[in-house]
Amino acid sequence: MAFLSLQNISRHFGATPAVADLSLEVERGEFFGLLGPSGCGKTTTLRMIAGLETPDTGLILLDGANITHLSPERRGFGMVFQNYALFPHLNVFENVAFGLRARRLPSTEVKERVESALSLVQLPGYGRRRIEELSGGQQQRVAIARAISIEPALLLFDEPLSNLDVALREETREELRELVARLKLTAVYVTHDQEEAFALCDRISLMNKGRIMQTAAPRELYEHPSQRFVATFLGRNNLIEARRLSASHETRARFFTIDGGHTLEVPVRRSELAPINRNCTLSIRPEHLSISKATSMKETVIEETHAVNANILSATVRAINFNGSTTTVKLDAGGLALEALVLELDELEVGDACTVCLPPERINIIGSENRDEGGGMRDE
Amino acid sequence: MNKKLLNLNRHTFIPHPSSLIPLLIVAVVLLYGVLYPNLYVLYAASALEGGGRFSLLGLFEVLSRRAVLEAAATSVGLSFLTVLFCALVGIPLAFLFERYHFPARRMFAALAALPLVLPPLVGTVAFIFLCGESGILARAVQWAFGLQRAPWSLRGWTAILLFHTYTMYPFFYVLTGAGLRRIDAGLSEAARSLGARPARVLFRVVLPQLAPSLIAAALLTFMTSMASFSAPLLFGGEVRPLTLEIYSARQRGDVQTALGETVLLALLSLCALIFFQRYEGTRRFAAAALKGAVKRRQTLARGRGRVLAIVCGTLFTIILMLPVATLVLVSFASEGKWTTQALPPAYTLSNYARIFAEPHRLEVIFNSLLMSGLAAIAALLWSFCATAVVIGKRESVWRRAVSLLILIPWALPGTVVAVSIAEAYGGPNALTGSFVLVGTFWILPVIYFLRFMPLVVRAVQASVEQMDASLEEAAGSLGASWWRRFVRVRLPLVWPGALAGTLLAFVIALGEYVASVLVFVPRNRPISIAIAAELRDFNLGTAAAYGVLLMLMIAVSMILAARLERSTQS
Repeated sequence: MAFLSLQNISRHFGATPAVADLSLEVERGEFFGLLGPSGCGKTTTLRMIAGLETPDTGLILLDGANITHLSPERRGFGMVFQNYALFPHLNVFENVAFGLRARRLPSTEVKERVESALSLVQLPGYGRRRIEELSGGQQQRVAIARAISIEPALLLFDEPLSNLDVALREETREELRELVARLKLTAVYVTHDQEEAFALCDRISLMNKGRIMQTAAPRELYEHPSQRFVATFLGRNNLIEARRLSASHETRARFFTIDGGHTLEVPVRRSELAPINRNCTLSIRPEHLSISKATSMKETVIEETHAVNANILSATVRAINFNGSTTTVKLDAGGLALEALVLELDELEVGDACTVCLPPERINIIGSENRDEGGGMRDE
Repeated sequence: MNKKLLNLNRHTFIPHPSSLIPLLIVAVVLLYGVLYPNLYVLYAASALEGGGRFSLLGLFEVLSRRAVLEAAATSVGLSFLTVLFCALVGIPLAFLFERYHFPARRMFAALAALPLVLPPLVGTVAFIFLCGESGILARAVQWAFGLQRAPWSLRGWTAILLFHTYTMYPFFYVLTGAGLRRIDAGLSEAARSLGARPARVLFRVVLPQLAPSLIAAALLTFMTSMASFSAPLLFGGEVRPLTLEIYSARQRGDVQTALGETVLLALLSLCALIFFQRYEGTRRFAAAALKGAVKRRQTLARGRGRVLAIVCGTLFTIILMLPVATLVLVSFASEGKWTTQALPPAYTLSNYARIFAEPHRLEVIFNSLLMSGLAAIAALLWSFCATAVVIGKRESVWRRAVSLLILIPWALPGTVVAVSIAEAYGGPNALTGSFVLVGTFWILPVIYFLRFMPLVVRAVQASVEQMDASLEEAAGSLGASWWRRFVRVRLPLVWPGALAGTLLAFVIALGEYVASVLVFVPRNRPISIAIAAELRDFNLGTAAAYGVLLMLMIAVSMILAARLERSTQS
């Protein structure tokens, strides 16, 4: 039984569905991320977990108990808001003490716990400061201290770092991760920044249009997207429309690309993703493509490795974009448009012929379109 | 899109599902205070003649009388002219103070809004002392030129329009100034760089952007002028607008005419409100790209412009202060000794002494303070209930209906509110049982409350809407109950704005005359009634002393309100 479980949650605002039939499970002690573009329903989902919104349909269970209609003040969850929501009329101490006073704790205990919360976020002795005297980063820490002071069953974050500048954001990210791990808290973290989600979360649900597209660990999500949206939202990706050939082997299948008509060899981890003779989409990251000048490649690589590696295509360089540490090369492989990210350009120029290699183990099968993708799916 | 949805969902909290008390209070007050009295007046005005049967014929008969139609035309015509003159004074003044910088500008600018808090009756009295036939100005001219008779009489259209302009131009002045402050000076500069001359910039760039402010100012001026009563009463002469006609019909005991005219005045006022709001809606400009908007004030550092500005400012301030100064002067005048001289020859404190020494004269001050205080506190409490109902998760028809009903007593002239309450609660009837409000002390506090609670609701609502909704959500997530959220978060944050609004309502109620004169009883005589009575008995000094005391109380309250506002900004 999962610690927190959302079952078939829906929430409409007027006629617009903000969250549609969403299910997810968070384990105890997990740092769970809700990632997605703005308007995807991630904040609404978080607010329903917090009790600030009530789902139209569906259930929210905490440790097996139904809390769907429990008012927020009785849930005992700590929440860190995007704008921190610090009470401007109270000082730092009183802000952190707010939840403790609402619980009518004796004043000695309040003092003790506020001070320990403030030292946890490295703001000891800041109790008497006024909120507006603090910098953005310090306000952020007070908001976190306020949320952890009540020893929350669940800690909720609504884009807490989005108002900080880049350097401070990365620093705070590390500290946040450490703090949550040290206090052995369960956290749900909403963000639109994939780098942030990758750095912080044990598992991530990627959302779009009120639905969960895929739930997985960050690396799994990046390397094996199960949906077109996931493949394109997280970093850049080459999407290749293809059809699995009937002559395919059970685990190492052959695919025929719709554009260009190439044959690609791909290991199949789950056979149901790619039924034989049905269209599906393959994806491969630009950084996993390797390119070399036509002559050298032909002579050295192709001749010798042709038997093991069929995924070498000849292509023409269409464009070269210099990014600094890397270079993006746009290729045309006989009608199939590809994008490669390389460290060394190998003296290629626009218009040059080259060969491009798509390593089979790097190719991911997204599956046929229109397949209903539920939440909570995890590849074993 | 997400953000937009969230905005619609602000303030999920305060209207707690189990706390239906605010909803109940709002429903009862609006039903008994707004809906029932107004519908009753409509019903009674139509039903009287036909032996209690409901027919519109009785109403039409009243409304087709020549005197009534003339009064209506006078009201509307007077209001249009007032808007015109107020615009002519207020707009240039706002430009002068907003666009140019010169010595003492801030002092002039602050003083210019002064007439807003001057009670109309006190203003009228001061005007009579200053510009009336036997006022200081007239006597000075008479003395200077050795005339036999007074050089002019303060009567009719000119007098009323002069007074209206003096008391109502601040609507234009304040709102135009606020509008000018919002306008991006960069737009004018862009127009200039495109080759537009200053006049063209003014008419094609600045004024169109000011339109919403100007329409709002015109609306306020028009409505205030429609409700104006003191000036026509004291120096209207032949000019008899509807407010005055209603008053005299009631004095005559002609209830049916009074009711018919009340309905007419209410309808005209509501039509004006709807008309202006419609027009306002079409004239809103989205403030595009306000980033880096520049506000620039041209400094008049030297030369003729500077001298002219200072002279204008000084002259204007003197004109502004003259009626008030006159009132103070007369309040110290020794009565009986001041006959035909321009200025009172002898000064005394006896006018004040008389007020403080005689219990029945002192009592009216306590009455006014008590009744205004009760009404203001009630309005404050009620405003929290009303905002809890009005500000909610989503736009709904009910919410809009409640907002509209709250606005109605403000939109209706005081005469209409007083007549409707007096008629609806004048005797036992089906809906209210044997409850009779008329003739009791409570009728005035109730009417003050109804008339001025929209001001407080607006202040509280604005403060609540400015408050970050996530603060209450944060308090909720930290375990604070509904009551704790209200007391520890909403109240401390909204308090200064709410209190400032309450003080404003209190101040206006203190000098209220229009409604009071229709329904007061000996037990609850307010200051304004006492002023009118002293004036009628030719106790000019005492009337002036009352006026000065009233202005002092108002000044103290306003300074307090300004302090509060400043404390919230810091």
